[in-house]
Amino acid sequence: MKKVFIIVVGLLMPVLSWGVESTTYPNDKIEIDWDDKASMQRGARTFVNYCMSCHSAKYSRYNRVGQDLEISDSLLLDNLIFTTDKKGDKTKVGELMTITMTPDYAERAFGVVPPDLSLIARSRGVNWLYNYLRGFYVDETRPLGMNNGVFDKVAMPHVLVDLQGYQEVKTIMQPDGQGGEHEVIVGFELVKPGSQSKSEYDQTVHDLVAFLDYLAEPYKQTRQKVGTGVIIFLFILLILTYFLKKEYWKDIH
Amino acid sequence: MSEKSSNKGLIGWIDARFPLTKMWEEHLSKYYAPKNFNFWYFFGSLALLILVIQIVTGIFLTMHYKPDGEMAFTSVEYIMRDVDWGWLIRYLHSTGSSAFFIVVYLHMLRGVMYGSYQKPRELIWLFGMFIYLALMAEAFMGYLLPWGQMSYWGAQVIISLFGAIPVIGDDLTLWIRGDFVISDATLNRFFALHVVAVPLVLIMLVVMHILALHEVGSNNPEGIEIKNHKDENGNPLDGIPFHPYYSVKDIVGVVVFLILFSIVVFFMPEMGGYFLEHANFVPANQYQTPDHIAPVWYFTPYYAILRAVPDKLIGVILMFAAIFVLFILPWIDRGTVHSIRYRSSAYKWLLAMFVISFIGLGYLGALPLSDFRTFFARVYSIGYFGFFLGLWWISKNEKTKPVPERIQ
Repeated sequence: MKKVFIIVVGLLMPVLSWGVESTTYPNDKIEIDWDDKASMQRGARTFVNYCMSCHSAKYSRYNRVGQDLEISDSLLLDNLIFTTDKKGDKTKVGELMTITMTPDYAERAFGVVPPDLSLIARSRGVNWLYNYLRGFYVDETRPLGMNNGVFDKVAMPHVLVDLQGYQEVKTIMQPDGQGGEHEVIVGFELVKPGSQSKSEYDQTVHDLVAFLDYLAEPYKQTRQKVGTGVIIFLFILLILTYFLKKEYWKDIH
Repeated sequence: MSEKSSNKGLIGWIDARFPLTKMWEEHLSKYYAPKNFNFWYFFGSLALLILVIQIVTGIFLTMHYKPDGEMAFTSVEYIMRDVDWGWLIRYLHSTGSSAFFIVVYLHMLRGVMYGSYQKPRELIWLFGMFIYLALMAEAFMGYLLPWGQMSYWGAQVIISLFGAIPVIGDDLTLWIRGDFVISDATLNRFFALHVVAVPLVLIMLVVMHILALHEVGSNNPEGIEIKNHKDENGNPLDGIPFHPYYSVKDIVGVVVFLILFSIVVFFMPEMGGYFLEHANFVPANQYQTPDHIAPVWYFTPYYAILRAVPDKLIGVILMFAAIFVLFILPWIDRGTVHSIRYRSSAYKWLLAMFVISFIGLGYLGALPLSDFRTFFARVYSIGYFGFFLGLWWISKNEKTKPVPERIQ
């Protein structure tokens, strides 16, 4: 039996080993607390103020966000809705979170159309977003003077720079495993502070990412709540069906 | 006719006009199944359950989904957000497709382990293989419908495989897509095939699979024929009526399955990016390839075989051969002993090698290429085909153990 085990493990070796993954900087992890509605509300405010000029959230509706994050319709209208509809009236609370910038205009301005952010937390993941939004650094070779440690040569300007401030990059040379060397980012140095301290800025990004996580799957908490009930019901059913089976089978030998 | 039926009232009235009681008895209450079914025998009824889940949830999804290149992605998000319980219907359907393959793979492995494909059950196996083929077509076409990046590029890769066929390849891919690239035309025809054509074929094949099974009777873990020993009424001594014995037993299996299924649906619907891939949350974009294109996990074993071969045409041939060889399994195996319990240790080693190779290929097929992985994909590919070659070789004069006459 031992021999079999060794052979099986040996044959599955490549299945159990992982390749060397490319590293980006920063590379931190965050936990999103879905019960912390205040954090998500702050994130929503940052989102509509800083992101929604260029990025839409066109699969989501304002009043759904309001209901889920406990924001009243009047607060939504005053603090989160800044767009107008086609007639020129203020966007209504039941509308989708679209933007007025057209894709053609955006492409001319940035070279690429800024992606819709409704699902960005599901395609990129919350850790990636958290690192990306903290990963901008000064790089004079780039058209906008900024590069990103997570998303190299990104077209997006650092819209939160007034909050974070300007940071420069610290790199070292590392062997790339194939005889050569490549540059690896090991840290940032704040050269011109913004309006927020480092911990305040980290919290701002955390709140924003929490909101994006909510936005990607607004029904997540409902899903888990319903799921708990369903599974409890199924366990009760399991007990009943198990004894039913046992009763029927007692004379089968 | 009415004299034949002992039933009175409504059932008697129906029985005089339709073989209701007769069918009930033939397939359930007087269908004698071996009494020793074990864990592995749950997966047939579970596959049937998942088929029903897929059809029912699919019907509700089609009420809101729009098969249109401009609207498909949006309509899926509309289902997830604005349709009442839409997220549940969609997750049941997306998880159901993966669950279908897990259950079908285990069901097939059961058939191999206990020799359920051997004489006289070759046709059951063949119908089953056609079900598997239809299921792959169904899953492949269904995966295009959300119109995400992985839907689009996954379909692009798979359809382009047909382009490797000499002479007609390019015209064939054009014919499948209905356009020079994957487009609205492709989406519409895949939708039609996914919701109407293939399900019809699937249901028909499932009926034939079950009819063929009930004609010859079920195999069992001992791999012996229960019909060889009958009582004075002509019923197998080691058989028990499917209903109520296996209906109540299968319900327990169903509940256990539903618990596991619910854990995925409600707590991990993406299953770490294997059931719903991360790149599929980005709308399809024909100008931008995702970083890494991999088919959904249930196709990855075949994809790994394809990539293990340097020449595209030979790779495609081997990939299709990997599926085709399963069809002729009843004739590859020349042995007469059915169950793994009484077969030689050579057979057990071969089967272990096959299972490891299949899992290994599946894992490697989901990863980006590297020299190291390609090497192992080749080893596993040899292991995969080696099973069939080895089985043909050893089964002629296999040293088997004595098979009991009756089920203990």
